[in-house]
Amino acid sequence: MAKLPPPEELVKINYSTPVKGWMDVPADFRPGTFSYPGKPDILKYLGFPNPREWSPTDADWKLPPDWREIIMKGFRERLDKYRSFKVFMDICVRCGACADKCHFYIGSGDPKNMPVLRAELLRSIYRGEFTVAGKILSRLAGARKLEEDVVKEWFMYFYQCTECRRCSLFCPYGIDTAEITMMARELLTLVGCNINWILEPAANCNRTGNHLGIQPHAYKDMMDFLCEDIETITGIHIEPPVNKKGAEILFITPSGDIFADPGIYTYMGYIMLFHELGLDYTWSTYASEGGNFGLFTSDTMMKKLNGKMYAEAKRLGVKWILGGECGHMWRVINQYMDTMNGPADFLETPVSPITGTRFDAAAGTKMLHIAEFTADLIKNGKLKLDPSRNANLRTTFHDSCNPARGMGLFEEPRYVLKNVCENFVDMPEETIREQTFCCGGGAGLNNEEFMEMRMRGGLPRGSAVKYVQEKNQVNTLVTICAIDRATLPPLCDYWAPGVQVAGLHELVANALVMEGEQERTMNMRQEPLPGFEDAEEEE
Amino acid sequence: MAAFYSFMAVLALVFIAAIGAGSAGMYTLFGVAIPYVALLVFLAGFIYRIVYWAKSPVPFSIATTGGQQKSLPWIKNSPWDNPYTVTGTVIRMILEVVTFRSLFRNTKIDLRVDNVKVVYGSAKFLWLFALIFHMAFFTILIRHMRLFLDPVPACIQKIEFLDSILQVGIPTLYQTDLLILVGLTFLLLRRIVDVKVNYISLAQDYFPLFLLLGIAISGIYMRYFIKADVISIKELTMGLLSFKPALPEKALETTFFVHLFLVSCLLAYFPFSKLMHLAGVFLSPTRNLPNNTRRQHYTNPWNDPAIKPHSYAAYEDDFREKMIEAGLPVEKEA
Repeated sequence: MAKLPPPEELVKINYSTPVKGWMDVPADFRPGTFSYPGKPDILKYLGFPNPREWSPTDADWKLPPDWREIIMKGFRERLDKYRSFKVFMDICVRCGACADKCHFYIGSGDPKNMPVLRAELLRSIYRGEFTVAGKILSRLAGARKLEEDVVKEWFMYFYQCTECRRCSLFCPYGIDTAEITMMARELLTLVGCNINWILEPAANCNRTGNHLGIQPHAYKDMMDFLCEDIETITGIHIEPPVNKKGAEILFITPSGDIFADPGIYTYMGYIMLFHELGLDYTWSTYASEGGNFGLFTSDTMMKKLNGKMYAEAKRLGVKWILGGECGHMWRVINQYMDTMNGPADFLETPVSPITGTRFDAAAGTKMLHIAEFTADLIKNGKLKLDPSRNANLRTTFHDSCNPARGMGLFEEPRYVLKNVCENFVDMPEETIREQTFCCGGGAGLNNEEFMEMRMRGGLPRGSAVKYVQEKNQVNTLVTICAIDRATLPPLCDYWAPGVQVAGLHELVANALVMEGEQERTMNMRQEPLPGFEDAEEEE
Repeated sequence: MAAFYSFMAVLALVFIAAIGAGSAGMYTLFGVAIPYVALLVFLAGFIYRIVYWAKSPVPFSIATTGGQQKSLPWIKNSPWDNPYTVTGTVIRMILEVVTFRSLFRNTKIDLRVDNVKVVYGSAKFLWLFALIFHMAFFTILIRHMRLFLDPVPACIQKIEFLDSILQVGIPTLYQTDLLILVGLTFLLLRRIVDVKVNYISLAQDYFPLFLLLGIAISGIYMRYFIKADVISIKELTMGLLSFKPALPEKALETTFFVHLFLVSCLLAYFPFSKLMHLAGVFLSPTRNLPNNTRRQHYTNPWNDPAIKPHSYAAYEDDFREKMIEAGLPVEKEA
């Protein structure tokens, strides 16, 4: 693992451009800036081509002998399948409006992290191999031939893109780098160049139902363990329903939240909320993953993994599906799920059994976001909340890229947050809502070996957190994404030390006044609630 | 270097026209044949490009959402930045095409190394000058319709009147003639001066700018300096339009042929260049689709129903004993 330089060193970013043109600057695989390749047994399990031991720092990447033909054929196929790909290859005017919108460019100064140049890595090949002018004029037309160095460059920079789509918001033609990165990653996968941090979770998810590879009995164990903590905090014993047939609602959330701090507090929050409501619902071990690393691999893998949600809803005979806090999960549900695996005619439009609200926004997928569900509960006065239990928290809200620019979920979580915590302030407007910045580890890049690049990409977010920390004494960054809950703690420790990361439903659980609870003296983290700090010391 | 090559290329085009139609007197070639061919290439190329794009489907509805979604009735949504209806999407597209709304969002960053802060400033110049150029270009194009319409419609006369409302000089100055130069100059200088933009710029980014500058300058030179004979020019253009091309009796100025040749080059070049963003913006799936795929079904023509998830049955087979032991319900007892 590469040593991470301190923030005051890392922030000395050089934005000047190299003397050489970008086609003459080869990719430099420095530790900390790339992710480890997919392991051969994982590729074999998934049936992906060219499984082998290799490293990006090797001179020989052991590409298949006909790698060039494979990529060109794949390129042509994708041009025929996606109008977006064709149009985005043709119409960019290189105005540069996207350049400083990318968190990786802001944090690294590497010109190939400007979205326009990231796309040019593919466009240059498109011109050189598919257009007459490109073939004749070559470099003068911004065209080049497909060489092994190009593949290396693609691997570097398409795994330095988190598909956050911030650039696409500012592009006058809506050119979406996420779309381009997806195409490039599919092409790379065809010749066996992909990263383990994406493929292993995808393989796990296929077999065990979740990215972490948690088997059903272990999942149940972990859940029981969290329920014991709930009992310690509230005095209430809960046995959440799992794989229960005939329940009204199936609840699906990312597996990261059952596994690691601070996601577990949000996970416990769900259990407490549903118990308090007396909701007729069930968890599933077969569909125990909300996230979908298939989105970062290929449309086929995404469809295959996503298919479990409807398959399980059908098997259990539920009426509709409720989804937990997750980022890219909601891009998949909002923009892909019904197209890939719908229409879900066997389900009904979600209706809250507590408030009677019919959620027409989810009439197609039959899948509702927990923030929408809880906001509706609060609006209708169905929850007894004591926000003073969060009085020690001064919060701000991190909009996750995918629910922001692939859905538009802004007000619902803020409404919930403001009702469970009185101290809330937004970060500067250029860093929130549709302009939100990535955590630096989205799209499957939240691995340890990529830490330097994550911290670089995390600079804009970290800087915004630090701003409200200094100005408004913010000490808690609330988010509705499981990957954020894994990536933002190290980011805050690095760029804004002293700020902790929490899920929305962790704060809901803190504030939730439950029927028959003991006097609450601890928050979900078993730290003393405001007003009980002394009691702790006396003991 | 890319800028230099592009400049030289446009200069060469100017010389070709100046020599060909000037000293060599090939009026028919430059006044009739080349414009016809160029227009043909433009039309065929334009249609070809649209058909080429349209042949590929839009498998997924991938709007980039730029505002609050429509969800609960008491939460105000952004109908234009995150439309969920066709009407909202049409308004989004109109605002995008007419006012460059996305570009209007533009910001610029400034990194404060000493206190580790990224700060954001307004950056509206690109938006402003891009809009100035495009609006001026569009108005000039409309004005030129007087050369192809007889009698000249009132609306065109109205536009000419408005465009020269300042009533400066003889012949009166069209404001758009100045504005197009201002817009193009800004776009060109920005490419040369801004290091980031310079680094990403290709010859095909400079070439259209120089070409358009050449067209604008030759046009301005004709109107204000040599005061070209518009009656004779209209004789030629009307002849071209009615497919009875004939050169006017009075010889046309060489500058006119340079102007016409550069316009012909622009037409022929257009469909094969980034200038097709004119049409492409309408086909961009992140802008031209509503964000309603959670409400209603969107069909992917190549969706493969054979792709199935790893089945529950296979999952239970894999873990049945452990599930039973953990007290989880199973479909089949061991």
